[in-house]
Amino acid sequence: MATIIIPTPLRKFTNQQNKVTVGGTTIKESIDELTLNFPDLKKNLIDEKGNLRSFVNIFVGDDDIRDLNEENTAVKAETVISIIPAIAGGSTDYENITFSKEEQARYNRHIIIPGFGLEAQKKLKAAKVLVVGSGGLGSPVLLYLAAAGVGNIGIVDFDVVDDSNLQRQVLFGVTEVGKSKVEAAKARIQSLNPHINDTTYNTQLTSKNALEIISQYDVVADGTDNFPTRYLVNDASVIAGKPNVYASIFQFEGQVSVFNYTNAKGETGPNYRDLYPTPPPPGLVPNCAEGGVLGVLPGIIGSLQANEVIKVITGVGETLSGRFFVFDALTFETRTLKISKQANTPVIKELIDYEQFCGVKAVEKKIKEISVDEFVQWQKSGEDIQVIDVREPAEYEQVNIGALLIPLATVAERAGEISRDKKVVVHCKLGGRSSKAIRELEEKFGFDNLYNLKGGITAVEQESDLLKAVNV
Amino acid sequence: MIKINSTIHRFLTDDALRTFPDECCGFLVGTETGEERVVEEIIVVNNAKDGDKRRRFEITPLDYLKAERAADEKNLLLLGVYHSHPNHPSVPSEHDRVVAQPYFSYVIVAVRENEFVSLQSWRLNDASQFEEEKVEGYLPESAESTPRPYPSSR
Repeated sequence: MATIIIPTPLRKFTNQQNKVTVGGTTIKESIDELTLNFPDLKKNLIDEKGNLRSFVNIFVGDDDIRDLNEENTAVKAETVISIIPAIAGGSTDYENITFSKEEQARYNRHIIIPGFGLEAQKKLKAAKVLVVGSGGLGSPVLLYLAAAGVGNIGIVDFDVVDDSNLQRQVLFGVTEVGKSKVEAAKARIQSLNPHINDTTYNTQLTSKNALEIISQYDVVADGTDNFPTRYLVNDASVIAGKPNVYASIFQFEGQVSVFNYTNAKGETGPNYRDLYPTPPPPGLVPNCAEGGVLGVLPGIIGSLQANEVIKVITGVGETLSGRFFVFDALTFETRTLKISKQANTPVIKELIDYEQFCGVKAVEKKIKEISVDEFVQWQKSGEDIQVIDVREPAEYEQVNIGALLIPLATVAERAGEISRDKKVVVHCKLGGRSSKAIRELEEKFGFDNLYNLKGGITAVEQESDLLKAVNV
Repeated sequence: MIKINSTIHRFLTDDALRTFPDECCGFLVGTETGEERVVEEIIVVNNAKDGDKRRRFEITPLDYLKAERAADEKNLLLLGVYHSHPNHPSVPSEHDRVVAQPYFSYVIVAVRENEFVSLQSWRLNDASQFEEEKVEGYLPESAESTPRPYPSSR
């Protein structure tokens, strides 16, 4: 008669006995006798096919029966058999990931890459990535992450698809104009890859919701276009302990880095604040809406960002952590700068008011706009409108449409010259300065009759007929 | 309900921080009276996982055997298993659930680099789903070490 030691978790099936004496000449016979006497034990030890469950180990003395004669290992009277449950776990689930035939076919070109393989593809499927912003950068990031098989994708955006987005935001087409970006993005990536889950947050990321949202993801991809949100994403990622794959674009230049990345040695790399402890003065660095951007640039930079997200998830290759990549699309020059943690930057402990910190609003209130066509219609219909040009006098001398010249720097002191009882069209060269002038006049003086001329005088010039028409 | 006093709590946190960014693991040993469990000591065990220990832990069968023998010798019970979730909430993953044993308390310590985040205990119910088990006896050393509110479910 051999002795079987029952592990603590299974003692409730043996009336709390920690040792049971059984007969049998092999392990199989002894275990069969045990489960005959204690039937409730059976489902915990034996699977449907009658084999020992994979998470149950059987030891004879201090030896695993897998190293002896498996289930046929001989049992004698003095044999002490131990049933040992496998104890394991972990915070993520990629090892249990399986793929359907369709998925295997879809991801074949990943799986066959040496050094990437099925293991990396499982990590992608188990991964949870939050993409903040589904605009210029978010478009390629979302498309490539979805195509690559990142299993869980969160999308944060509060915006609506606008005509002016289509020049670079390749997630969207003409039929999506006017729809919410997250819904349009979700539909697009679902049609691209139905094997993934996506969660949409049709809201602005704020100090109130950022930690709750970000803590549910493994990796954050920051594709925001303004400083308050960029600092918010950075700080929330640091507090929640998540790597933040960063990218930004302006006119012809793009930047990429990986912030707050903890490597295999446990060393956490620098974050955005190690690079820029405080934001630039308000207005110094315009966003895409004000400064413009070459449409293909976010395609290039966002693709690099997606590449870094995949490396962070899979652990394949070396991430851009501790390095800062800059690409100049005009000269085709690239630089990869070394960045490091700064000893004197304060520890990020809590989220703050980032709009106050940056001195700008994360989301500018929309101003009223009119196109050149509409402007011409107004003029032709004989409507009484005032036209203001906020460029500099030298620019005005070169070309003008007979507007009242009030350079941007002087709009506040000359606000009295601007009509309040009829429509006022404000223009500059491209539409950036005039939008600033309108914001200033609305905020400081409460104007509500100002319209920004889209594309400025440049748009007017491109249609020489129109120039004639409005110049009359 | 499982009682974890501040000394045991500190041992658990220390192990999790020392092992960061890898997952730590070990056993909880103590007594059980009705539904009340009291952790008297912990047995720190080497994380035997081959490969990425940052997201996985594994305890060898021999270490399990030793722990159970040690508990038996002291006339204590093996109450459960603890492990850490570096940079991850103290909520069991699907992987934790699939490989979990009945009866055991699964204590998960969430940590970031140099920082304790939260500690929660979980037990499988009859439907093999994790249910949170109330942890008692821990007094935060300061307001700053109060766990941050993570979402309660994944």
